[in-house]
Amino acid sequence: MQYLLTLYSDEAGWANMTPEQQKQGVAAYAAYSEALKSAGVLVGSNRLRPSSTATTLRATNGKTQVLDGPFVDSKEKLGGYFLIDVPDLDAALSWAGRCPGVQHGVVEVRAIWSM
Amino acid sequence: MQLRAHKTLDEVVRCCRAKLVAFLAAGSGDLAAAEDALSEAFASALVAWPQEGCPTNPEAWLLTVARRKLIDAVRRQHEVPSSEELEQLAGAITADAENGFPDQRLALLFACAHPAIDPVVRAPLMLQAVLGLDATQIANAFLVSPAARTQRLVRAKTKIRDARIPVRVPDRSELPERLDAVLNAIYACYAEGWSEAAGADSARVELVTEAIFMGKLLADLIPDEPEAWGLLALMLFAEARRPARRGAAGEFIPLMQQDCKLWDQQMIAEAEKALHRASSSGVIGRFQLEAAIQSAHTDGLQRRCVNWGAVVRLYDALVELTRSPVAEINRAMALAELEGPQAGLYALEWVKTDKRVNEYQPYWAVRANLLARTGKCDEARHAYEIAIGLESDPAVRTYLQQLCDELPE
Repeated sequence: MQYLLTLYSDEAGWANMTPEQQKQGVAAYAAYSEALKSAGVLVGSNRLRPSSTATTLRATNGKTQVLDGPFVDSKEKLGGYFLIDVPDLDAALSWAGRCPGVQHGVVEVRAIWSM
Repeated sequence: MQLRAHKTLDEVVRCCRAKLVAFLAAGSGDLAAAEDALSEAFASALVAWPQEGCPTNPEAWLLTVARRKLIDAVRRQHEVPSSEELEQLAGAITADAENGFPDQRLALLFACAHPAIDPVVRAPLMLQAVLGLDATQIANAFLVSPAARTQRLVRAKTKIRDARIPVRVPDRSELPERLDAVLNAIYACYAEGWSEAAGADSARVELVTEAIFMGKLLADLIPDEPEAWGLLALMLFAEARRPARRGAAGEFIPLMQQDCKLWDQQMIAEAEKALHRASSSGVIGRFQLEAAIQSAHTDGLQRRCVNWGAVVRLYDALVELTRSPVAEINRAMALAELEGPQAGLYALEWVKTDKRVNEYQPYWAVRANLLARTGKCDEARHAYEIAIGLESDPAVRTYLQQLCDELPE
């Protein structure tokens, strides 16, 4: 079963970090990805550009509107994701618990609806 | 013949329903589908048994039919089910039914009390899935509309299936964390029923029976876990006092004034045995401590000399372990018995820093009691008024009002 781990965090946090801290942050994510890979559970992952680059679309009265900015305007922004393939929710939660994102934000775990 | 068939089916439903549901759900991971399949199997039995006679092994008959219904349901859901899916389903629930099948009720309890399930639905979900209480009974017990409760239960079951929450007893390494959720859910269920002291509301009283049943089941299935025995002991101690908790006219009788002769001695003995079993492990826990406190009260009141020093020490340990303001309030009351009301009031001052106690009736009742004993009657009256305002049980309200009225001007 595949699960999507989406990572939300305060974007200002990254900007306020010293270059040394940023380096450590990147290293933590690299190590996490490597662990997922070597366990053979990683399907895909990506880091997203800041939410200031986000564009939102929705149709109102049949007319598609394009708006600047992310969909949910919360303090924590969607910043990246990991797609993993594991047997059950316990395994997914156990991997999510090791994600560095838990330390500086929120990680949401969602089961993939296989088509 | 028809009568006998119905009677046999009734018996199987009562004693084996949970075991059958748990077994089917553990195999398929789909609790709602397992329940539906079993209901259909019961319906088939209702038709088949009176005509063909009761099968020699009714459980195995129902399991076989339910399994077939479960596979049919998967077929209906997907127009073209993958053969792999069907094979997995059939394989997972293939057991030599004639020779019995493993008891998965505990696995199902752990799935219902999974951390990923909303804490407030855990206890009702356990009651419904493992004990087969219907939505109305559960709604009465938890004071919500049946529709709202049903919706939440359905959502929880869908999550178990779609997020694939495993129906299994967790590994040793995860057990402590998961066990807490199961213990707390069982205790919540007991507490819901305990508050109905008068016994007027049968659904609530049933909760008590079910909670104790689940407590026994849990202790039997994981006998090495001291907290499972601790919880069982705690519930049995409290339950043994039920006959003495209300007077003839339904009036509230506090523990210290209860007639010990009304206590259920057999249940107390059972509780002591469970507590002994828990404490022999040498690992201390919240429920064990609470049970030990109950034991000290029960034993002391029967012999008319409570060892308050021991009670305070047990509360010290409980406060240390849980940091719970409720434990601190009870500790203050015990300390007042040991060292006088002023010491109790002093201990309460510490509790006050936790804002939650402002809306907690026992805090104000204990405060009022201690203030009255130190002669501060005006302050005591004020505290009683707040306690009365916070209490929802009319019998307890009347009792507090009496205490307030008895205060000297």
